[in-house]
Amino acid sequence: MNKPVSPNELLDAEGPLYAAQKKIYPQSVSGTFRRIKWGLMAACLGVYYLLPFLRWNRGLGAPDQAVLIDFPNRRFYFFFIELWPQEVYYFTGLLILAALALFLMNALGGRIWCGYLCPQTVWTDLFYAVERWVEGDRRERIRADAAGMNLKRAARLALKHAIWLAIAWWTGGAWVLYFSDAPTLVKELITFQAPALAYIWIAILTFTTYLLAGFMREQVCVYMCPWPRIQAALTDEWALNVTYKYDRGEKRCSLKKAIELRALGEKIGDCIDCNQCVAVCPTGIDIRNGPQLGCIQCGLCIDACDTVMTKIGRQTRLIGYDNDINIQHRIAGQPEVFKPVRARTVVYAVLIAGVCAVMLYTLLTRTLLDVNVLHDRNPVAVMLSDGSIRNGYTLRFLNKRGFDRVIAIDIDGPPDAQVHIVGADSVTPERPTIILGRDQTTELRVLVTVPSSEITEKSVPLKFRVTDIGLGEAASATDNFVTP
Amino acid sequence: MTEHNDIDHVSGRSTTGHEWDGIRELNTPLPRWWILTFYATIIWAIGYWVVYPAWPLVHGYTTGILHYSSRATVDSELSDLEKLRGEKMAVLGAASLADIEKDPALLSLARARGRTVFADNCAPCHGSGGAGAKGFPNLNDDDWLWGGSLDQIMQTIQFGARSGNPNAHEGQMLAFGRDGMLKKDEIVTVANYVRSLSGLPTAPGFNAAAGAKIFSDNCVTCHGEGGKGNQEVGAPNLTDQIWLYGSDEATIEETITNGRAGVMPTWSGRLDPITIKALTVYVHSLGGGK
Repeated sequence: MNKPVSPNELLDAEGPLYAAQKKIYPQSVSGTFRRIKWGLMAACLGVYYLLPFLRWNRGLGAPDQAVLIDFPNRRFYFFFIELWPQEVYYFTGLLILAALALFLMNALGGRIWCGYLCPQTVWTDLFYAVERWVEGDRRERIRADAAGMNLKRAARLALKHAIWLAIAWWTGGAWVLYFSDAPTLVKELITFQAPALAYIWIAILTFTTYLLAGFMREQVCVYMCPWPRIQAALTDEWALNVTYKYDRGEKRCSLKKAIELRALGEKIGDCIDCNQCVAVCPTGIDIRNGPQLGCIQCGLCIDACDTVMTKIGRQTRLIGYDNDINIQHRIAGQPEVFKPVRARTVVYAVLIAGVCAVMLYTLLTRTLLDVNVLHDRNPVAVMLSDGSIRNGYTLRFLNKRGFDRVIAIDIDGPPDAQVHIVGADSVTPERPTIILGRDQTTELRVLVTVPSSEITEKSVPLKFRVTDIGLGEAASATDNFVTP
Repeated sequence: MTEHNDIDHVSGRSTTGHEWDGIRELNTPLPRWWILTFYATIIWAIGYWVVYPAWPLVHGYTTGILHYSSRATVDSELSDLEKLRGEKMAVLGAASLADIEKDPALLSLARARGRTVFADNCAPCHGSGGAGAKGFPNLNDDDWLWGGSLDQIMQTIQFGARSGNPNAHEGQMLAFGRDGMLKKDEIVTVANYVRSLSGLPTAPGFNAAAGAKIFSDNCVTCHGEGGKGNQEVGAPNLTDQIWLYGSDEATIEETITNGRAGVMPTWSGRLDPITIKALTVYVHSLGGGK
């Protein structure tokens, strides 16, 4: 008979499908990379929170917000650029640029984005700073968690969550300012006059910020984000990554013991196994286990290790930006080699420059005046009482400039053709002229009449040429003149 | 339910204690979260009964505290639309027909409204683009039976032609042949004469003088001295290139023999005055308007 097996044993053997989150208590640290991270955090948050308030004069009647996504009027404003919905492909270009920049960063210095710039990192870092300020540093937090709830701890937690929610609320608040005139919307938000949609979006962003930066934290990087997987596939042996230099560190040994063992002539490494690199890690990994998915390469372990190495009088950068090639070189006694310029970085840089050039070219040469023509389908042609033939067209004009302009319409087509613009024939009788309103499209019905004696073919090409009388800008659209 | 001796020795899990021919059933209870979710849905359903219509009664149904009804929602959405449209359309109502045509914004509004109304009401006879058909005038050309000015077009839309409305256009093309006013050979002669008015070829042996005589005796009352027509009675211009029923000799003879009396229905009362205004501007802007 088989020995009974307990259900728990079975579960352990198979392993659970999901590992519960291990709470991480990152310790505070100071050093070069911490300073860089503070600086970049200030810059990123500064841009995010303040950009909507930056003004940009576009003349009368146009919004004066430097960056504005104007959904009701279907316009996107970015400093001197104004995009219409049909120009949304510029965003494709931006996304391509973003992807290439990510690849280039990865080829040069690993997960620079993850460690310093990603919103998940920036906000999580900010939330950790609040946590540390309210609840104390690592040990104090671990002790408080272990001790359980008391009044003081409850008060501290309440304060922490209040500050978190306030930051999250501001995050959502800044988000909606990109979609409406910021000063006006702020006034409306304060006086509770703002549209419900604004409050709903603030609530959504508040919730996601609070959840992602306060609770999910490194789980986002480890379980949700695709980039660590792609990054690992895109990296090569030359890319610099935050690396524990095991050639120098091993064999780990405490400071006292190292003196004894070294006296005996044993080879002992610089790592004293103080675990400071693990204590400061915001994702709770041990960098000494080598490159791994959980490492966002924020460089804080470098700062922690450097601090310890300085204290004990050993050389710093036991952990630093390095790669496996150099570790092998040092083991073999060869000089270190760094190759920032290599085929893949050159290709990425060239691609970035190429996409930038294409985007700039199309942006500078895009049409600000355009005309489209649609021939009447029913009837395609009309015979008038004197036997002459008339065709009707719908012309749609685009004026992307920020001012009204006077446009003349000429046609290249059958000789003796008469042009009549329905509802706009009074401007100039000899050359049909219309006024196009600023920053809008105008649809007009245009009738072209040709005496029957001039018609020889069933269908003749007809070109509408529109010219801005003031600026000389021109556009054209081609269709046909058809006889019944 | 689960006793210690009910442990299955192969899997190590407890059994329900049921046994069939030595085969026992493992006890696999539903996960707690599943049970709780299930209870939550039951509570949710009760809340649903309270808030929304739920139970049929003998007469009617329980309406719920929200008194929700999809039909009422449609009604209110439609009336909202009418209200929204009314605000915009009131501007059209206040402006004169000529002013609407001069103002690009009003013209665009009137044309947009007119286009949909035309498609719903006029297209069955006049065609979706107003191109007309045999007996139904083309509204794109410059030939108008009852006049092509804005006011005349609106008058025609409002009251129609031969529609029975007291204000409708009246006028008959008489059945000269059927009613015995003209003989068969006279009809052939005058038909050829009418063709000659607009420069169409005539049949061999056609007597122009006889044709002119018959025409002036019978037709000039309505079609005028030179055959130029008369919009007062809807008599078409016979000298132009446009023919409502056709310009071939057989068709003209048929017209003279049996007469014509096309009907345009009356629209005032069926369409509101502002819609008629928009429709007038739309028809006028098709290209033929005077």
